[in-house]
Amino acid sequence: MADYKLLGKNYRTPDLYAKVTGRSKYAEDHRAEGMVFAKLLVSPMPHARVRSADTSAAEALPGVLGVLTPDDLPDEVEAPNEAALTWEPKYEGEPIIAVAAVNEQIASDAIELINLDLEPLPFVLDPLESLRPDSPNARTDGNTTVGREIATIKWSASDLAGLASGEIPMEAEAAAEWSYGDLEAGFAEADVIVEEHSYNQSTSHQPLESRTTMAYWEGGKLYVYPSVQSTARSVGPMARWAGIEPSNVVLINEFTGGGFGGKISGYVHAQIPILLSKKISRPVMMRISRREENAIGRARPGVQARIRLGMRSDGRITALDVHGVGEQGPYGRSGDNMNVAGIGSLCYQPLACRMRGTNVYTNTPPKGPQRAPGGVQSNTMLEPIIQKAAKQLGLDQVEVHKINAPEGQAKFGAPGRDGEQGNVSSAFAREAIDKGAELFNWTERKARSGQRNGSKVTGIGMSLAAYSAGASGVDGLFVLRPDGRLYIQSGVGNLGTGSTFDTMRTAAEGLDMPWDKCEVAWGDSSKHLPWSCSQGGSSTTHAHTRANWAAVEDAVQKIKEIAAGDLGGEADDYEIGGERVYRSGNRSQGLSFARVAQRAIDLGGKFDGHELPEDINGMTTASATALAGQGLMGVAKDNYAEGGRRMSFVAGYAEVEVDIETGNIRLVDYAAGSDAGTILHPKTYGAQIFGGAIQGFSVALSSKWVYDRRWGLAVAKRFYSNRPPGILDVPHEQPMKWANADLPDPFNPLGAKGIGEAAQGAGSASVASAIADALESLGEGNGDFHRTPVTRDMILTKLEQAPIGHDRLTAHV
Amino acid sequence: MAVIRDVIPQLELFQPSTADDALSLLEEHGSDAWVYAGGLDTLDWFKDRVKRPRVVVDLAAIDSMKQIQATSDGIEIGAMARLIDVVNNAEIRTQFPALAFAAKSAASPQIRNQGTIGGNVSQDTRCWYYRDGWTCYRAGGNICYASPPTAMNREHCILGASRCVAVNPSDTAPVLVALDAEMVVQRGRAERVIPASEFFVGPELDIERMTMLEPGDLLMSIRVPSTWAGARVYFEKVRDRDTWDFPLVNVATAIRESGGTIQDARVVVNGVAPTPVRLTAVENAIRGQARNEDTAMRAGDVSIQGVAPLTHNGFKVNLMRNLVKRSIRDEPMLDV
Repeated sequence: MADYKLLGKNYRTPDLYAKVTGRSKYAEDHRAEGMVFAKLLVSPMPHARVRSADTSAAEALPGVLGVLTPDDLPDEVEAPNEAALTWEPKYEGEPIIAVAAVNEQIASDAIELINLDLEPLPFVLDPLESLRPDSPNARTDGNTTVGREIATIKWSASDLAGLASGEIPMEAEAAAEWSYGDLEAGFAEADVIVEEHSYNQSTSHQPLESRTTMAYWEGGKLYVYPSVQSTARSVGPMARWAGIEPSNVVLINEFTGGGFGGKISGYVHAQIPILLSKKISRPVMMRISRREENAIGRARPGVQARIRLGMRSDGRITALDVHGVGEQGPYGRSGDNMNVAGIGSLCYQPLACRMRGTNVYTNTPPKGPQRAPGGVQSNTMLEPIIQKAAKQLGLDQVEVHKINAPEGQAKFGAPGRDGEQGNVSSAFAREAIDKGAELFNWTERKARSGQRNGSKVTGIGMSLAAYSAGASGVDGLFVLRPDGRLYIQSGVGNLGTGSTFDTMRTAAEGLDMPWDKCEVAWGDSSKHLPWSCSQGGSSTTHAHTRANWAAVEDAVQKIKEIAAGDLGGEADDYEIGGERVYRSGNRSQGLSFARVAQRAIDLGGKFDGHELPEDINGMTTASATALAGQGLMGVAKDNYAEGGRRMSFVAGYAEVEVDIETGNIRLVDYAAGSDAGTILHPKTYGAQIFGGAIQGFSVALSSKWVYDRRWGLAVAKRFYSNRPPGILDVPHEQPMKWANADLPDPFNPLGAKGIGEAAQGAGSASVASAIADALESLGEGNGDFHRTPVTRDMILTKLEQAPIGHDRLTAHV
Repeated sequence: MAVIRDVIPQLELFQPSTADDALSLLEEHGSDAWVYAGGLDTLDWFKDRVKRPRVVVDLAAIDSMKQIQATSDGIEIGAMARLIDVVNNAEIRTQFPALAFAAKSAASPQIRNQGTIGGNVSQDTRCWYYRDGWTCYRAGGNICYASPPTAMNREHCILGASRCVAVNPSDTAPVLVALDAEMVVQRGRAERVIPASEFFVGPELDIERMTMLEPGDLLMSIRVPSTWAGARVYFEKVRDRDTWDFPLVNVATAIRESGGTIQDARVVVNGVAPTPVRLTAVENAIRGQARNEDTAMRAGDVSIQGVAPLTHNGFKVNLMRNLVKRSIRDEPMLDV
């Protein structure tokens, strides 16, 4: 690892004091002169058509300023996308009408006065139900998409013949399919074949801050205060929903209370206060309650799958065959179900692989990307199956993972049009596995597997998770001013990961500037921010170290040219350091950065931003133009080579103690080894490893939706009833641990990759495997849950061999 | 009328500073009034506009109801003592550690800092249909949405159903029943003392309330007699998460032993029926027996006689059996 002055060191991010003292302003903390409040009338049914809606009494209520109905929306959205308001709600809680009033109480009272006449329509909650013959569809135009087209797929009675209720026919029609290698030969070569049905439940995102939005219009511009993950990348969508040019949007969002993929570049419901504000000419605040966030706030698609895996006696996985059914909710398109083998083929490199799947529309809240979309489901579903095969062959879990681990620019996933699979930029998965194993003390720890202590039994599990870890092609922008300080522009949203600031330290590192002489502008699109990647898919660390390094190279060249111009010689004769540029070998012959900045203004042109690179994004051009003339500008697009898809790896290790009399599961210990290249900021890195793991623990242990099947309505609507993770569920007797392989990604000038995504699957899959390990020690088949979360009732029912009240893959129980 | 949730409607708020004033207000407003203690149960109802009282009487300013004091025969806990006060009280920790532990097992640290013991025992059921405003029997309707085969009833009752299958969710209630506690209830100037074992009301008696409290009544305090002070009292709660969860099942068992023989016992479970259930058959089965694995096993088996699980809560039968067994077999692990 290179010796950096700033990177790899802990520091205080500039937003920290505001956060811990409560001064940070989140969306609902903002106020504007004359601001009023909006509330939503939402659908009480899972699928209905609004026959009529009489708002006259609501509008007549004193204090009410106006309503917004689907008729007020500019254009009908193209199916299967969703609109902000609809006359045909397709899930309980979908917004139909918004009311603005001087306060929320009056707005709510007004909503109660709306006379809504609904015609109930057929609904479906469980994807498998919609694939059965003569079953209902969630949408009137179909139950899935094939390619880009909405279509209907129904399995036939003969497809289902011979299967138990709720099982998946491996060869029945699927919306999509890919494969590589000779699957038949792979299974023929296997010494053990494990075939299971598995279900990874849908989990809601549950960010602490809901998608509250305030908006007003002034001087032809829209001022919008949302709660989004990305800053630069949310401006365009807001403009689209407002029907204006992005240059007329001012987006202010300095702090965001989490998103986990549910708020990447905004959300369509921001259109409600935007348009309502325009309609009534008043600023409109639309606070979103927890209940509303549960409905409109996105969720991870559940996946129901039939999985067949072959393993050779040496542990090599020879074949993986998956038929995966995804739950989409009523809108959009997701590929989580297809990622079961997509990510599986990366982590475990099966010699042959086939993935078939259908993503099915349901009348449940809309699904979207959630931290490692499909990756978490893949790891959580596949790891207990790999563990089962390894146990049958008497193999060590760590050894099995190392035998199968990807290395170098490993290939994975669906072959492209040319028949070739894509590859990763780098994989040091074995090193990550080793780091974690050492930290966890795997060799000694695995001896505890099945150990009894009264009614308690210990289980040990491990996993290898992978997911995307970087984008490229965005811009870096900063100005070195005559006051000797570096002003760095960050279009990166501040969703709590730290990357808004961590990646900006690249500029300081490259210019050898002390961090206390750097200012970061962020969270307000009027502050002249550059084009940035989306804060999703753990893209930012990789993308913005590249972009800022490109800007550093641009700035360093300009600084040297100024020195050569003023002091003689060629630019290459100079180097920088200690806030100076100086002739190599003679530090006394040089210029301070403050002086260089002044000289840049004197010289103008490219030096102070009056001439800009042609390949930067229009947003960066506009921002750089606004900042021109203030000092020496570093501005560039990242054009570095990519080398493949950037993926990071996390090996998770968990110990659990299961009480067989109560079903209680105690998470005793967790450790993770990672491969995410160079670490920029150990504290925020660790927060991602642990935060992701904790979110994963809830996938394995508690978080789920529960729906009444007769009425199609959610019954678990509150925090306590859908059970997201909490700090008291985290191992506390000993601290969780992490270690990184510290091997730089060769396709990033600083070697950095993102980490947030893969951290979650490592947590969920290692805990799921540990639970299976504990119970399998009590008798063959006792560990066969293949359904998450694994809850108290499931354990007690399994151990008593009692009947359960649903099929093995039934959704939302 | 269209439905909207999460915004409290207009109501008239009274914040009396004496119990007498509170009692006068309750008398004056009768069934229009709602007693507000810590607010943890109340605010959900108000926010969702499912319960819409005209008048709310907030007890927060009545200091006399927050006291915990030793009496000549045990401890008297003001109904407005917070759960955290019960957890931290030295007398309770010494004499009735199981009560302190049960209070500590409730909800989350934040909720224990706000929620009261009076609220904990008086709280309404957490049946998710009822709380979401479905017009079930308990809400004055003529159906139970939680009991049909398609219903989600993993957390509902296996005992004592009578049209309604909701459970009592309190963690302190079973301990108070086991300790022979008494509820001091006042209406106007009249005080009555109700044994904890009779305080809770099942749907067969009145389907629209959980306790004996009626409009005008105020739970003033809870008296815990010294009967079981220092005895072996076991409490255990099984829940889905440690962060904040109601019990799937909890158990409170008080045992007095002499010469290796169980002289007397109280065995109470909650989370399995609309009220905490004192298992007198179990008490009878273990009285006079040695406290050992066999006795514990038999107690567990006796405890589940007559259970009637629903589609998704069969596991509660095993859980209750195992908890009753453990409560007799194992030493109390009261982490306070």
